[in-house]
Amino acid sequence: MIETQKLARKDFMSGQTVRWCPGCGDYAILAQVQSLMPALGIPREKIVFISGIGCSSRFPYYMNTYGFHTIHGRALPIAEGLKMANSDLQIWVITGDGDALSIGGNHFIHALRKNFDLKIIMFNNEIYGLTKGQYSPTSKIGQKTKSSPFGSIEKPVHPLSLALGVEATFVARTIDADPKHMLQVFKRASEHKGTAYVEVLQNCLIFNNGAHSFITDKMQRPDHALYLEHGKPLRFGPDNSKGIALKGTSPVIVEQVVDEKELLVHDETHEEPTHAYFLSRMRHPEFPVPLGVFRAVKKPIYDETMNQRIESAKKSRTEKNFRDFMVGNNSWTMR
Amino acid sequence: MKNEIKSFTIRFAGDSGDGMQLVGTRLTETLVVQGIDVSTLPDYPAEIRAPGGTVSGVSGYQMQFADHDIYSPGDTIDCLVAMNPAALKKCIADVAKGALVIVNEDAFTEQNLEKAGYENNPFADDSLIQYRIIKIPATSLTLQAVEGIGLQKPQAERCKNFFMLGLALWLLDCPIDATKEWISSKFKKNPQVLEANQRAFSSGYAYGDTKELSGLRFTVNKMEDFKAGTYINLSGNEAAAYGLVAAAESAGRRLFFGAYPITPASDIMQELAALPRFNVSMFQAEDEIAAVCAAIGASFGGAIAAAGTSGPGLCLKTEGINLAVIAELPLVVIDVQRGGPSTGLPTKTEQSDLLQALFGRSGESPVVVIAPQTPSDCFHSAYEAVRLAVHAMTPVIMLSDGYIGNGTEPFRIPEEGELPPIKLSFEVSPEKFQPYLRDPETLSRPWCVPGTPGYEHRIGGLEKQDVTGAVSYEPDNHDRMNRIRLEKIMKLQSVIPDQEIFGEEEGELLIVGWGGTFGSIRTAVEELRNEGVKVSHAQIKYLNPFPKNLGDILKRFKKILVPEINLGQLAWLLRAKYLIEPHQLNLLRGLPLKISDVKEKAIELLEAVR
Repeated sequence: MIETQKLARKDFMSGQTVRWCPGCGDYAILAQVQSLMPALGIPREKIVFISGIGCSSRFPYYMNTYGFHTIHGRALPIAEGLKMANSDLQIWVITGDGDALSIGGNHFIHALRKNFDLKIIMFNNEIYGLTKGQYSPTSKIGQKTKSSPFGSIEKPVHPLSLALGVEATFVARTIDADPKHMLQVFKRASEHKGTAYVEVLQNCLIFNNGAHSFITDKMQRPDHALYLEHGKPLRFGPDNSKGIALKGTSPVIVEQVVDEKELLVHDETHEEPTHAYFLSRMRHPEFPVPLGVFRAVKKPIYDETMNQRIESAKKSRTEKNFRDFMVGNNSWTMR
Repeated sequence: MKNEIKSFTIRFAGDSGDGMQLVGTRLTETLVVQGIDVSTLPDYPAEIRAPGGTVSGVSGYQMQFADHDIYSPGDTIDCLVAMNPAALKKCIADVAKGALVIVNEDAFTEQNLEKAGYENNPFADDSLIQYRIIKIPATSLTLQAVEGIGLQKPQAERCKNFFMLGLALWLLDCPIDATKEWISSKFKKNPQVLEANQRAFSSGYAYGDTKELSGLRFTVNKMEDFKAGTYINLSGNEAAAYGLVAAAESAGRRLFFGAYPITPASDIMQELAALPRFNVSMFQAEDEIAAVCAAIGASFGGAIAAAGTSGPGLCLKTEGINLAVIAELPLVVIDVQRGGPSTGLPTKTEQSDLLQALFGRSGESPVVVIAPQTPSDCFHSAYEAVRLAVHAMTPVIMLSDGYIGNGTEPFRIPEEGELPPIKLSFEVSPEKFQPYLRDPETLSRPWCVPGTPGYEHRIGGLEKQDVTGAVSYEPDNHDRMNRIRLEKIMKLQSVIPDQEIFGEEEGELLIVGWGGTFGSIRTAVEELRNEGVKVSHAQIKYLNPFPKNLGDILKRFKKILVPEINLGQLAWLLRAKYLIEPHQLNLLRGLPLKISDVKEKAIELLEAVR
């Protein structure tokens, strides 16, 4: 442990040349993850980064920990297998909107549903970057890309709504342009027991520049971002003068808050995901976009339950070895 | 009067809800504990309850038992038990002339005859004149036996399989106490049904003493030429599961098994799900892809990792297996083959995934392929698959099939220390460690797992620089790495056994098979040799790499016959690799090869020589 405390950010840099485009939002995410690591107090060998395919998925090569750059969409089941085999590890899954929500969509919903102890960071740039600019499942309707020259005809998937729909136990959102907030959210994710899912709104400078500028741009952010705080009323705006109230079953913007009591209060620990889901439906431009932790609840963890079962079964075993078991299975002896 | 016989083949056939599988499995258990060799073949439709009374809905259970070592559940049937006209219609062609056919007379109604597609009652014309027909009103006798217990009629009728079980035990001169106890424990939660089944069973046994069956009791003696030891009756799928557990125990690692339900492989996951106390983690994934990927993750984490599937699932696992090839991680994939392509014949057997296993991946992607030959051999093959996977840090595909996977036979439990220990790949100090450093002898890389200090490294699906494991696009390195990956697999020729030959080492005709056709081919060859025909047999277990002496063997025979349950996949490989021109026997009927088909083809080839 003493040695662990001595680790610094540079101890987590692998020395491989980082090969993202200059100005890519991925650099900021990498920097914050590397800054977080020493603070976790976990020895380097017990940390693993697993990724699928896409720009974001180069991430493990840049971390001086264990890492596995796998195949498109499959980082989650590989991470699940590793976690079940080795429960001591802290495993981070790095993925993108195409990797997690399109080709890996099935694994995504089942990983969150089963609640493995994994930390997922999904870089959402609303585009396929590594294949050079096709629309992704999070691209906006009407968006013109190389594979949608007349505009995408697809209604996009909303990642947090999807995650909450399968009752994910930890759901959060942050942005690549706010390092401090990113670090806080990653820290919360690392502390969560169960599947922690973090969406990072990330800018692809080359193929989808400015997709999130309404919120990443410092001037626009106060009007369009709502920073969630557990137990606090939902407030936003340049001088925090605006708020969100509930009218019937719909959110409404209170342009000038007079009495805070009329505002909705954030509770990330709600047993039901309904409150968080409601927040996930608040979208630009009608509403400010919530940032922070939407939901953080404690539920049984798949790999932990499985390993507990195995350990207790091993303890109560009466057979000496497996041969003993086979012999005890209606055997007969011929001499 | 009893007839002592060397071997006997019986098939029970009825509607898929008639309980024929239960009769067959119970009779098998009764015979094996007496030291009689038994080989079984369950044959059931894909539908859980296919339309009643139709030929497509017939569920069968065939078994051969003998006083000597046998390799197949038999070709021609010595006794058919047909519970309805459809069962008779479906099976009669497989019954030996003059053999016994027991039918449930009550089921031969006009309506059932029509459902089975009979235009006339087969008993009314002379179509069955070559068989010894015994008509038993099994349904009415069952109803009589269970009268007064208070069961509804349909429920009471359902006890007729126990009537047939009783009759079968009488017919084969078996003790009945163990079965009575078994019925008591199986139905202890429902005393009414328990009582009804006991009575139906006793009634069936007692029926044997009536005069219709006089002179029709058969006795098979205990085996003489058995290998001493402790035996259990196992299906190939159970044996495969046990082989994996035994291997992981030998390696001192956890067994991780990733699976998604698929016929006919699901038994393996179900067996393993019950064994957490032996450090087994059975993970039912959301799909076939996740199942193999979770196994790859577990392998990265140091577990003995395996996945089970059938043909359609192997298609989906292709990309995952490819990742394990380039990441050089040990992985066992068991494919219990079934009829294809696509959904094909889910409950029927076939051998048509051989070329898929060898070549069905992008790039140059060599893997080890082995094929078990009998239900018992599924244990040894699964064990061997693990041994080779960790020896060479490679995926191994084990090609079982529906026939040996579902078939059962007595399995001799290996004595302690009998199995070769599973040795993990070589060790290296943290100072010298590089992810793609190689053992000069095996070319395998070190298996250093997350959690171990000093070995932090990154692997992945991108091409790796030799030794360092860094991402590399360098042309010569890519060429070299492809050759190393292939050479690593070929080097296994030195750790797998040479190909064995049954019969002469050279001659006119060698029959070459692989995997689950062993029983049919070996029986055919034994019978031919007993008839004075000189034929040899080689059953290939190691399909990649082939045993190093295989080429020499093939050159010592004038003719090579390759029988397969596909359109010639092994023949294709032998032709390509050894430049020989084998003769083929290919039948894809969803059934095991017939011994008689193999014999006929062999004789045809030998006569052409003369």
